[in-house]
Parts: sequence; structure tokens; C-alpha cells
Amino acid sequence: MPELRGLTLSFGPKRVLEGFSLSLPGEGITALSGPSGCGKTTLLRVLAGLEPLQAGTVEGLDPADTVLLFQENRLLPWRTAAQQIADVLPGAGRGDAEAWLALAGLAGEGARYPAALSGGMARRLALVRAMALAAERRAWLLLDEPFTGVDEGRAEALMEAVRGLGLPVLLCAHEAHTLSMADRVVRLSGPPLAAIGEKRGDLPDFSRKGP
Amino acid sequence: MARKLWRRAAPLLFWLLVWELLALAVDRRALAAAWTAGDWGGVLEALRYGQELLLPAPLAVAEELLELAAGAELWRTAALSLLRIFGGALAGTILGTALAAATSASPWADRLLSPAVKVVRAVPVASFIVLVLLWVERDLVPVTISALMVLPVIWGSVSKGVAQTDGQLLELARAYRFGRWKTLSLVYVPSVLPYFASGCRTALGLGWKAGVAAEVLCLPAAAIGSQIYFAKIYLETTALFAWTLVVIALSFALEQAVGRLLGRLDRWKGGGPCQSSGD
Repeated sequence: MPELRGLTLSFGPKRVLEGFSLSLPGEGITALSGPSGCGKTTLLRVLAGLEPLQAGTVEGLDPADTVLLFQENRLLPWRTAAQQIADVLPGAGRGDAEAWLALAGLAGEGARYPAALSGGMARRLALVRAMALAAERRAWLLLDEPFTGVDEGRAEALMEAVRGLGLPVLLCAHEAHTLSMADRVVRLSGPPLAAIGEKRGDLPDFSRKGP
Repeated sequence: MARKLWRRAAPLLFWLLVWELLALAVDRRALAAAWTAGDWGGVLEALRYGQELLLPAPLAVAEELLELAAGAELWRTAALSLLRIFGGALAGTILGTALAAATSASPWADRLLSPAVKVVRAVPVASFIVLVLLWVERDLVPVTISALMVLPVIWGSVSKGVAQTDGQLLELARAYRFGRWKTLSLVYVPSVLPYFASGCRTALGLGWKAGVAAEVLCLPAAAIGSQIYFAKIYLETTALFAWTLVVIALSFALEQAVGRLLGRLDRWKGGGPCQSSGD
């Protein structure tokens, strides 16, 4: 079970993390909720090893064992939808690209470039790309606002698919609908980031969570 | 179709007319003399040839060109010049790209090489031609000069492309552990290509003109530049015009060919084979 202890990080005069501590369950879907700008994104980036900490430790979660879905889609503009997926898979797994596209609701759209995708389509593509990579590596899935521009029906189906991977997931979101699908919701305030409450989700399988 | 053709032809005809009038103005004495003498043959000749030493008329140049084109000399000369200068430009492009990769990757390479490339960029072409003429074999001068002109331009545009590569995509490549090769081929190369393409367009024109200038000064056996030089020596202004037209035509042709080749690179900007409104 990952333990975050005393994480401290500031950008110039702005203290984003100041002795932030939290223990995370080693499985299931944990959601972080909180106002925009409270430091959720920074926390995910710290866990992915993209922001060097000024103090504090992360135990039981190696950045090498994480795959982060960035807040931005960060699709390669010159790669087609199918290539975006194939690019993150090893040679042998490339045949699965079509299945991942279908999961994103992009079956038959594999030849399109990102410029021809709508906001929701691009977001779903970025999400399944991260999922494909995490499934390949058996890594933690860190999702930063995964359903921006995605309608609720599709978000629900995608969340089921995320759950189906059986990987530990940490996501941040502010839509009530997304939060309601998590096993556990940590409410945050900030900056500096602080956990102000916690709620277990009411999905049927939340009980299978760890001790 | 006819309208499109007219739109293209009209400016050309306009400038040919300007040229003819200028040639007549230069030749006005002979024209006036023939006119007052009632010598119609003289008038026609003035219209056709102009004052051949200072400004030949378009028809005279066209005649000279046709005469040249009928023989093998023009084609062989043009092909050799093209080959020479294009070969140099290619070498300059490869070297410039390699240098840009080195200076972008290593701050020390940048510190060491950047001043040298800036100096190459600032040295006047004529100084280079004369110097290179001292150093390398005569026939190799145009190749070297064209390479030297192209190199800094390509270096500059590729370096700029590398510097402008989207930091978010580079971070993604790092976070998703793309590795060196994948980061290079999936992020850097596609980001740099548009800069590279525009650099190529500029550099090719530059290299071509500098290459012909080098030929004029070092006179390789079969070269457009040598022909221009001889035309000047023997005061064959009509031939000078004709060969210059050859240089211009080849320059346009090269630009078209390279533009077409490089134009395919931006395919993804349109969004792909099937455009649709999305969902």
C-alpha cells in the first residue's frame, strides 16, 4: 500500500504541497476531488516522477510503475488514431490497437489524425492509449480529469473498462458522476494541498477493496 | 481552364512587352534612321534584335535559346551544372542537419560550432569562391560553394525546429518511456520537418545561384557559369541573356520539384483521409 509522507513542493512563491501525507489503497479506483488549482494535478505528476520533490517520500509506488494520463491529451498530431495506440505497445501487441480503438468508441476511425477528432474523441483516445500502456506494463494508472468532454454514458463504459483491467487507479476529477463511480473518494483542498475528508464509494464491488 | 491560362500568361506577356519597348528605346537611333530612310528591312531588324550589345530584344534571345536547345551542348551543360550544384546542396543539407542535431543535443558542440557556422553565413560568396578555388580542384568549386551556402541555412532551420518542439510531447515521450529512437522518430523528426522543408526551399535557391556564380569565376569545362563568362568576354549579350534564362528556368523547376516533394509532409494537418464532424 503506497504511503505518501510529508510531500513538499513549491513553484516559486506558490506552495502547492506542504507536508502532504496520504495512504493509498493498493487496488481499486481512488478518486481525488477538490477545487481547480488545489494541487491534484501536481500530486499526480509527482507520483509519475515528473516533478522533483523538495521534501517527503513516496513509499510503495515507483514512478516507473505508473502511467499518467495527462490533463492535456498530448496526442502526436502527425500520427493516426491507430498509430497513437500502436506507438505505445510493443511490437507483438500492435494487433490490439483496433480493439483499444473500439473501446474508445473509435472503431473504424483508426486512419484519422487528431486534427480531425472532436474534443471528446481525442480525450477518449488519449485515455485508451494510457490504458493500453498501463495494461501492458501492469502499472498504476494515474488519470488526470479522464472524462473532460466525454458524455456520461461513454464515461461509464470506459470506467468499467478501466476497472476491468484490474490495475490500481488514482484519478482526479470534479464531476459528481465520475466521483460516484470510484471505490473511494478523497476530498482535497488547497493550495497547499490537504486531505479534508474521505468517502467510500457506493459501487457494488467496493467491498473487495483491500484491508 | 482558358481563364487560368490567361491569368498566368498575361503577366508574362506584359513583361515581355516592357522588355521589347526598353530594347527599342535603347535602339531608338537605328530605328529612327531606318524609319527616315524608309528602310523597312532595317525597321524590322531593329524590332527583332534590338541593340544586341546593350539590350537584345526578346525575339533575339528566344532565337538564340532555340538554337542552343537544338544542339546537345545546352542540355549537357545544364545537366552537368545541375548535377554539380544539386550534389553540393545535398551534401550541405546532410551536413547541416547533422550539425544541427549535434548542436541541439550538446551545449558544448553548440558553443564550439555555432560561431563557425555564423562566420560561414557572414562571409561574402565571392570571397569564398576565390578562396575555395585556391584550395580545391576547379571542377569541385561549385559543389563546395553550393554546399557551403546551403549548410548554414539548413543548420539554422533544423536547430529552430528542434528548439520549437512541443515540450508537452517530449514530456509525454519521457513519461511513457519511448526511449531515444522512438522519441527521435515520433516526436523530434515530425516536429522539425516543416522547418527543414522551408529551410530547403530557401537554401536551394541560394545554393543554385551561388553555384552558378562559382562556375562563372572558376570556369569548369561544361557549365552554365562558364558559358555566361564566355558570353561576357565575347560581348555576346544575347547569349548572356539566353543562359541567364536557362538558370532562371532551372531554378523554377528545382523549386517546383522540391516543393512538391516536401509538400507531402504536412498531410496530417488536414486531419486524414476521412474528414468528419466527429460526435
